[in-house]
Amino acid sequence: MNELPQQLANGLILGAMYGLIAIGYTMVYGIIQLINFAHGEIFMIGGFGALTVYLGLPSGFSLLAAIPLMIVGGVICSVAVSVAAERFAYRPLRGAPRLAPLITAIGLSLALQQAVWMWYPDATKDRSFPQFKGEAIDLFGASIQRGDLFVLVAAPVCMLALGLFVSKTRAGRGMQATSQDPDTAKLMGINTDRIIVMAFAIGAAFAAVAAVAYGLKNGQIGFRMGFIMGLKAFTAAVLGGIGNIYGAMLGGVVLGVAEALATGYMSDVPGMELFGGGAWKDVWAFALLILVLLIRPQGLLGERVADRA
Amino acid sequence: MTALLEVEDLRVAYGKIEAVKGISFSVEAGQIVTLIGTNGAGKTTTLRTLSGLLKPVGGRILFDGQPLTGVPAHKIVSLGLAHSPEGRHIFPRLTITENLLLGAYLRNDKAGIEKDVQRAYDLFPILGERRKQAAGTLSGGEQQMLAMGRALMSQPKLLMLDEPSMGLSPIMMQKIMETIVELKAAGTTILLVEQNAQAALSLADQGHVMEVGKVVLSGTGADLLHDESVRKAYLGED
Repeated sequence: MNELPQQLANGLILGAMYGLIAIGYTMVYGIIQLINFAHGEIFMIGGFGALTVYLGLPSGFSLLAAIPLMIVGGVICSVAVSVAAERFAYRPLRGAPRLAPLITAIGLSLALQQAVWMWYPDATKDRSFPQFKGEAIDLFGASIQRGDLFVLVAAPVCMLALGLFVSKTRAGRGMQATSQDPDTAKLMGINTDRIIVMAFAIGAAFAAVAAVAYGLKNGQIGFRMGFIMGLKAFTAAVLGGIGNIYGAMLGGVVLGVAEALATGYMSDVPGMELFGGGAWKDVWAFALLILVLLIRPQGLLGERVADRA
Repeated sequence: MTALLEVEDLRVAYGKIEAVKGISFSVEAGQIVTLIGTNGAGKTTTLRTLSGLLKPVGGRILFDGQPLTGVPAHKIVSLGLAHSPEGRHIFPRLTITENLLLGAYLRNDKAGIEKDVQRAYDLFPILGERRKQAAGTLSGGEQQMLAMGRALMSQPKLLMLDEPSMGLSPIMMQKIMETIVELKAAGTTILLVEQNAQAALSLADQGHVMEVGKVVLSGTGADLLHDESVRKAYLGED
């Protein structure tokens, strides 16, 4: 198991998930400079939305055919909660000191966890998520579980779609304009409130896709799953350069791969025998973040462009 | 004939501090009207209120016969009022072409938009040469051209220019002022805010001198240019 291709594949799978969630942090931050700490819970709710759809399907329904329906269910739940949060929790605080929406986000995060814990049937403990049956697939010397193929396809497709949307469509240009200069964007006739809702919705949809990937990979989901995944995805967003969508995905992949390599190889480094293995991977992830921020505070793809000549 | 823009007793405040204390003026179609005055006179505040970025605490704004108070900024553009803000505020990480296209955000006539992008390049050839370049890399004067070109992309009935000459070299300023005259000749109505009173008054049909939130003197551009007190206060003569 301790071979390089395998570790890279593990890292890539994990990192693609981080990246998909990180998009939501980075888009919202890029437009309203809010770190939406409830985004991890938006991810978690996407997982429960997808599970609900699966449980509602007739028995004998193939999982492969169910996946698109599960995505739709997850996306609807995540987007609905995220847009409602924007409308009723964050929008009234627009123009308030930045600490106010930040604290609101933390509160909302706890409230959403508790709501799922209380009201989703049997969610007080982890619920099992459907799994693809069958042998793992060999790819470039790595053995990949069938369920993990999902994120390896979904993440690039989502990124490509988002990249095209942002650069080629009018709404995408409006989004870039709003993130660079919101007041001037209004002077162009851009309804910036609508752009903000759009950023929340896109981020939530991507988080829901990540949640389906998470369920397929781990075989279970739980009301607490958004906490550590959200924290890691936020780390990925900062690592890649917050506000930059490609940076978010790159940061996710770098973080995932770094974790996998640290897990696999750290114990081989002389003097570091104690710090290998899965238990220390989070430590290495955050150590990497600190290191990158020391050398490149704006993140990997963060840019500092002179606004005025 | 009623004026294109009519401002009546407009008052705007930042918190408890009133920045505009009841000003009235009007802009006739086809004219260049200028607001001059020192820093803090309330000129920029007035423009930002007209375009909806600030909410007035009192008074009335009629544009093309329609009241503007309470209309959100993003809807005002579609009525035909374009605002090129102080400090230019181009979108630095978008290309010149993308900046121009954002000026036409609400338009759906693809062919017309393309024609107007071309017109902006004809008006300012340097923009055409650098169309694929990020706008943040342009010089101050070029950014000002882009900001004006972008504001024109909405096909405004009234173009509001806030300090277009700020920080520009004399040659660049000359070019911008010539463009303003060209735009007037092409039928655009212009509301010009300037600290450079000499330049603004020499091309304006009407001028209003603002001091600490009030209009203290009004007249034709030529009248104000020859007014003793204006010469003393704003043209650096004694």
